[in-house]
Amino acid sequence: MERPLRLIQANPLDSLARTIEALLVVASQPLSVGALVEACGDEAERIETALGLLGERYREGRSGIVLEQVAGGWAFRASRDAAEACGRLFERPVERNLSQAALETLAVVAYLGPCSRPDIARWRGVAVDSVVAGLVERGLIAEAGRGDLGAVRYRVTPLFERVFGLESLAALPRLDDFGGDADELRGRLESLAERRPA
Amino acid sequence: MTAGRRWPFHVAASDPETSVLLAMTVRELELDLDAFEGPFDLLLTLVLREELPLVEVDVAGIVLAFVERLAEREELDLDACGEFLVLVAALLELKARGLLAGEADLEDLEPGEAAEELARRLEEYRRIKGAAEWLAERLASERDRFFRLGPAPLAPRGERRLAEQDPAALAALLQALVAEPPEVSLAHLELRFPPVSRFLEQFRAVLGRRARFDFDHEVGGLTRVEQAVAFLALLELRRAGEIRLEQAAPFAPIRVSREVVDEEVSWNARSA
Repeated sequence: MERPLRLIQANPLDSLARTIEALLVVASQPLSVGALVEACGDEAERIETALGLLGERYREGRSGIVLEQVAGGWAFRASRDAAEACGRLFERPVERNLSQAALETLAVVAYLGPCSRPDIARWRGVAVDSVVAGLVERGLIAEAGRGDLGAVRYRVTPLFERVFGLESLAALPRLDDFGGDADELRGRLESLAERRPA
Repeated sequence: MTAGRRWPFHVAASDPETSVLLAMTVRELELDLDAFEGPFDLLLTLVLREELPLVEVDVAGIVLAFVERLAEREELDLDACGEFLVLVAALLELKARGLLAGEADLEDLEPGEAAEELARRLEEYRRIKGAAEWLAERLASERDRFFRLGPAPLAPRGERRLAEQDPAALAALLQALVAEPPEVSLAHLELRFPPVSRFLEQFRAVLGRRARFDFDHEVGGLTRVEQAVAFLALLELRRAGEIRLEQAAPFAPIRVSREVVDEEVSWNARSA
C-alpha cells in the first residue's frame, strides 16, 4: 500500500503540485491551466506536469477525491465509490427532473448556440419560452448577446459542461452521427400500417 | 365564446342519429395538452381565431387522445376516423406553414419541394432528438459524479497601471482650477428705491407755493428709479384726491394742479 503523501517527497515539482492542490481545494469551479499559471507564477508546461502528478495521486480507486479535466479546466470531485453516501447528504438541483423538452432545448443550444428562442422554436417545432427560462434559472444556459433582429441569444454555460462531465463542447458527439436513417423510419411506418386490423 | 360558430365539417353518414353521435365524438374529444385543455372543437376555434398559436399545440397529443377514445369503443368508427384525419391533416398543414414561415413559403414551393423541405426539417429534428437522448444517457451515467458547486470566489483586483504623467502639467492644470474667478459685477442689478414719502412731501410743498407744476420738469434731474418712485407718489396724491392730473396726449408733459375742494366732494359722491 502506498503512503498517502508520497507525492510530496522527492519530485522537483512537489512544491508546485502542492500549490495547485491547494488552489483546486479552494476553487468552487474548474481552474484552467491559464488561471493556474497566473496564480502560481509558473510556466504552463510545469503546471501541466504537476497536474499529471496530481491526476495520478487523485484518481478513481485510489482516493476519495478525484482530479478531473472538465469544462475547460481542472477540478476536484468526489470519487464514484462515494456517490451513494454523497447522495444521502447532498442534492443535485441543477439536473433534477430535466424534462425531454429541456434536454432537446439544451441539445439545440449546445450544438447550434448561441441561438435565440425563435431559432430554438424553429428546430423543436414548439414554443420554448418557459423551457428556456427554466434552463437559465438552473444555470445550464446563459444569455450571450443579441442577434441581428435584437432577440436575446443563449449559449450553454461551463456548468452545463461540468454537469454532463464534458471536457469542452468539442467532446460532444457529432450532430450528424445522430441522423436517423430515413429508410428505417419509412420501414417502421409501413410495419405499423401492416399491424393495423383491416 | 364559440356561439354562432361551428367547425365546418359534415358527416356523410346515412343514419342521422349516428351522424350526430359521431360528430359529437370528434368535436367533444377531450384534450389534455401542455398548451390546451378542453374539447377539440374549442381548440379548433381558438386556432382559427389565432388566439392560440398552433406552434404550441402538440398534434401528436391530439392523435393519441383520439386513438385512446377509439380504443374505448368496441367497433372501429370509420366516419369519425375519416373526419378526424381531415381535421388533423388540416392542422398539420397549418402548423407546417407556420413553422416554415419567414424562410420558405409553402405556397411558393412545388409540392415536391415542400415535401423535401419538411423532410429536411424532420431530419434536423431527429438529429436534435438524438442529441437530447445522448445527453439524457450521459446524465444518467454521470449521476454518481458529485462535485462542489458555488459562486466564483472573489479574485483580487489587478493593479491598475497609469500612463506616465508630467507633474508640472498636472500642477498647471490644478493651478488653473484653484485660481480665484473674477468677481461678477452686479451693478446692473442694484436698485435703490427712495421712500415715496419724500416725493409726497416735495410735491405738496411745490403745490403749496404755486397752483400747478410740470411733472417732467420737476423730476427731470432724477435717476430713472427716482422718477418711477416720484410717479408712484403722484398716483398716491391723486388717489387721496389732493391733486388733479392732466396730459394733453400720450407722452405729452403731465401737468399737476391742486384739487379744488368742492370738486373733490363731487368726485367722492360720484364714486360712492
